[in-house]
Amino acid sequence: MTQGQLEIQAIAVVTAVACSLVGTFLVLRRQSLLSDAIGHSVLVGIAVAFLVTGTTTSPLLLIGAALTGVVTVALVQLVTSTRLVREDAAIGLVFPALFSIGVIIVSRYADGVHLDTDAVLLGELAFAPFDRLEAWGWDFGPASLLLMGAVLVVDAIVVAVLWKELKLSTFDPALALALGFTPVVLDYVLMSLVSVTAVGAFNAVGSILVVALMIAPPAAAYLLTDGLGRLVVFAGAIAAGSALGGYWLAVALDASIAGCIAACCGIAFGLAWLLAPGRGLVAAIRRRARQRLEFAQTMLAIHLANHEGLPEAAVENRVGHLGEHLRWDSDFAGRVVRHAERRGLVVSSADVLSLTDLGRTVAQEAVTR
Amino acid sequence: MTLATFLVDDYTLRTVALGAVALGFVSGALGTFAVLRRQALLGDAISHAALPGVVFAYVLLGTKGSLALMVGAAVAGFLGTLLVSAIVRSTRVKEDAALGLVLSVFFGIGLVLLTWVQRRPDASQAGLDRFLFGQAATVLREDVVTIAVVGAVALVVVALAWKHLKVLSFDPEFGASLGLRMRATEILLTSLLVVAIVIGLQMVGAVLMSAMIVAPAAAARQWTNRLGAMTIVAAGLGAAAGVTGAVASSQVERLPTGPAIVLVATFLVVVSFLLAPRGLVVRAMRARRARSRLGTHVVLADLAALERAHGGPGRAHPAATVGLLEETDATAALVALERDGLVARDLEGNWALTDRGRVEARRR
Repeated sequence: MTQGQLEIQAIAVVTAVACSLVGTFLVLRRQSLLSDAIGHSVLVGIAVAFLVTGTTTSPLLLIGAALTGVVTVALVQLVTSTRLVREDAAIGLVFPALFSIGVIIVSRYADGVHLDTDAVLLGELAFAPFDRLEAWGWDFGPASLLLMGAVLVVDAIVVAVLWKELKLSTFDPALALALGFTPVVLDYVLMSLVSVTAVGAFNAVGSILVVALMIAPPAAAYLLTDGLGRLVVFAGAIAAGSALGGYWLAVALDASIAGCIAACCGIAFGLAWLLAPGRGLVAAIRRRARQRLEFAQTMLAIHLANHEGLPEAAVENRVGHLGEHLRWDSDFAGRVVRHAERRGLVVSSADVLSLTDLGRTVAQEAVTR
Repeated sequence: MTLATFLVDDYTLRTVALGAVALGFVSGALGTFAVLRRQALLGDAISHAALPGVVFAYVLLGTKGSLALMVGAAVAGFLGTLLVSAIVRSTRVKEDAALGLVLSVFFGIGLVLLTWVQRRPDASQAGLDRFLFGQAATVLREDVVTIAVVGAVALVVVALAWKHLKVLSFDPEFGASLGLRMRATEILLTSLLVVAIVIGLQMVGAVLMSAMIVAPAAAARQWTNRLGAMTIVAAGLGAAAGVTGAVASSQVERLPTGPAIVLVATFLVVVSFLLAPRGLVVRAMRARRARSRLGTHVVLADLAALERAHGGPGRAHPAATVGLLEETDATAALVALERDGLVARDLEGNWALTDRGRVEARRR
């Protein structure tokens, strides 16, 4: 691995972890799509700051963009508060308008410089190591690594300091209000973090893929675990894994790194969806199959108990007869019988089944319950 | 040269304007249902999710014909919506996260495919990325015909399924209890929405297409409470935004068409929010009138009470005494009541109830 490759991966991982940290709260608060809105509307902040400063490297660009993010959220809340449209439509109205203004500014005044809409939306991680921070004759490393490192630290500090408040206002906003927290202030703190993170990250992965990093890892973690603390850790780990996996996938396919990272986030969510212990699709299917077997086993015990000790028992309680009486196919009947035998509910001798004491109790309990 | 002759003579502008009108009309009409059903952002998800379908269709079919790419986009967009509803139904992930997830991951996959195709030796894929941002200037006459025909078919379907769509938008449980097939209607509506989005992608691009769905419908909602009228108004506003934006972008140098259309649509929304019958100005005026009417009510009642307590019918009181009860200046309310003939001023400027005023005070 060259130093450039290492640096790209470091940038990707730091960006991914920072995004997933703030994204966890967005997902839990059902505000995921604000990341989409902020991701798009920062373009206008960057464009305006570019008009003012005339460069694409000034820190003012970041501040301008971060402010736009907050303005976006404020506008969405303003439109929603008129009660003329609902929140989803408000989001859908605000960010395309801001994005349009940004596109127009860029195409009218910033044509030709390195500030095009593609770069903002799609990002280009491969070039990130070339933009280095050098001062006093020292090379401090890639600018975006330092930037995202700082963003991550700020995110982590704010989240740690406001942990209790964020937790309460996320899970029970009414109680938070009743206890005297100000959810509005917390909301804006969170949205400022989201804006700063989105702006820092758009350099590296582009604004649409910021959405992937903010939503997919927390959503996947949400399927795997409970508890806010574990959720944050899981989401960060999944995001970092997706970033590394995405990088190497991009190298293998010779395709967009940001796109591959987003795809890996999707794969991570897909795996969690399929395999999550207890909640995944596979677990659900197995649970359903087991419940079916348990139910059938109880049915078998009741059936055997009904005919026990009666003359027809020799006919009714044969394995081969179950299909006819309980409408099971022979394969399923065999499985039920084996299951019941393993559980010690029935014993079979020469194809005739009889209940054990335990089996009799089960049947008794099932019919008298 | 007037704008009208310009529209007739300039081939490119005419093509773009016609395409924008058709697109605005169809997306406005279908956006009505999306906005009413709180699915405004489904359009955003569909338009982003369409990208991998576009590239996939190009790779599979080897053509950049707009119909082929539209079919690819539609398939991917539809798959995206299915995935969203599957996630919402089978996990505890909520709809907003599911939408964002599908949107960004599909878009990422599309980007991977796009860059992968672009790095292949042949250069024939150039122009596929116009589906990202839209390039109205590259729209050809055939594209406009495709947009118009596909859009017309979608609108005919809306007309045929009108009653079902109406029930679905307002009370799907009621519809299901009537035996209407709401799940099928929902899938139909989503498919129509996918169609409306897909025909607009190459014109305004994935990012801005969602605005074409939301904005005309959100504006139209403010003008009417009837579904039919709202659909027609939304379609009209969409078409108006389309043609205005297209013409503006042709007249002003370096004003991209897609953003121009979206800004016109946003302007229409702002105007509607302010001036429409449900809008903020009307609401503020009504609130003011209600507040002043409430004020006169109170003053009339106070005057009646004063009369009963001090001096009987016909006894006049200074405005300051009346105002004392409510701790406000009652003069404005008294003047308003005088205009209605409910109170009268005597020579000293004191106020008393008229006969009609006394009746009115008792009635209220």
